[in-house]
Amino acid sequence: MRRLFPFPLLTLGLLGMWLLLNQTVALGHILLGGAVATGAGLAMAALKPQKPKIGKPLAVLRLLGIVATDVIRSNFAVAGIAIQGKRRKQTSGFMTVPIDMQNRYGLAILSIIMTATPGTVWLNFDAGSGRLLIHVLDLKDEQAWIDIIKNRYERLLMEIFQ
Amino acid sequence: MIAPGDLPLWAAIIVGALTIGGAAFTLVGSFGLWRLRSFYDRVHTPTLGTSLGTVLIIVASMICFTVLESRVILQELLIFVFVSVTTPVTLMLLARAALYRDRAEGNASVPPADPQPILKAREAEPDA
Repeated sequence: MRRLFPFPLLTLGLLGMWLLLNQTVALGHILLGGAVATGAGLAMAALKPQKPKIGKPLAVLRLLGIVATDVIRSNFAVAGIAIQGKRRKQTSGFMTVPIDMQNRYGLAILSIIMTATPGTVWLNFDAGSGRLLIHVLDLKDEQAWIDIIKNRYERLLMEIFQ
Repeated sequence: MIAPGDLPLWAAIIVGALTIGGAAFTLVGSFGLWRLRSFYDRVHTPTLGTSLGTVLIIVASMICFTVLESRVILQELLIFVFVSVTTPVTLMLLARAALYRDRAEGNASVPPADPQPILKAREAEPDA
């Protein structure tokens, strides 16, 4: 099993995508999609990537909930700033956040979260010093942003990718 | 053949409201892109269209076609997955290119590059 499905989640995800794209759960499509997904999993194994260890499904769900609420809240906040345009006093700026997480998959997910949330843009991460440079649209309180990133996202991500 | 009139009123109201909401967020995001001051400010606002704007419109589409075809249509979820995974790539590429250029031009409004990253990497992992 391990040999045939080196990345079971990837294979399952691809099969799910295949079925969604074809809008069917017919046996023929499950077999065909399964074959393609298995091949893709084997091709991935040939690239020898570092294997992600994803644990704690509850933490994954909690993170999804947190990100969803934050994305909705910041959508409204940034919409307000965008409507005010140039009349508004400029509060944007750069800041650095110290990041303790070293897992590259965790960092990749963190970058997606930060970019998907309007109002923060991931600029540069220095793996050596663990310093993350971001640009924040509404930078009134640097410490508040550090707390959000470290306590709301990073801690859960470190739990998920031990 | 599916005609627009086949959609029941309650579904039409929900779908219409969601579509207009998503379009409004996208429009405000584009407005911000035009109105804000610096490049780094402007790069934030189009994210409205790629987050809530996209979500509202794909939810509207899912409801509309689920009701019209009387079966669950979920393929729009893939749009959401691909948009959320690919947006950071373009956004980071643009922002970092701007940062690189500003640093090269000696623009004082951007933070300088981290000094000697190689030396710092060794300090952080003495056993490596």
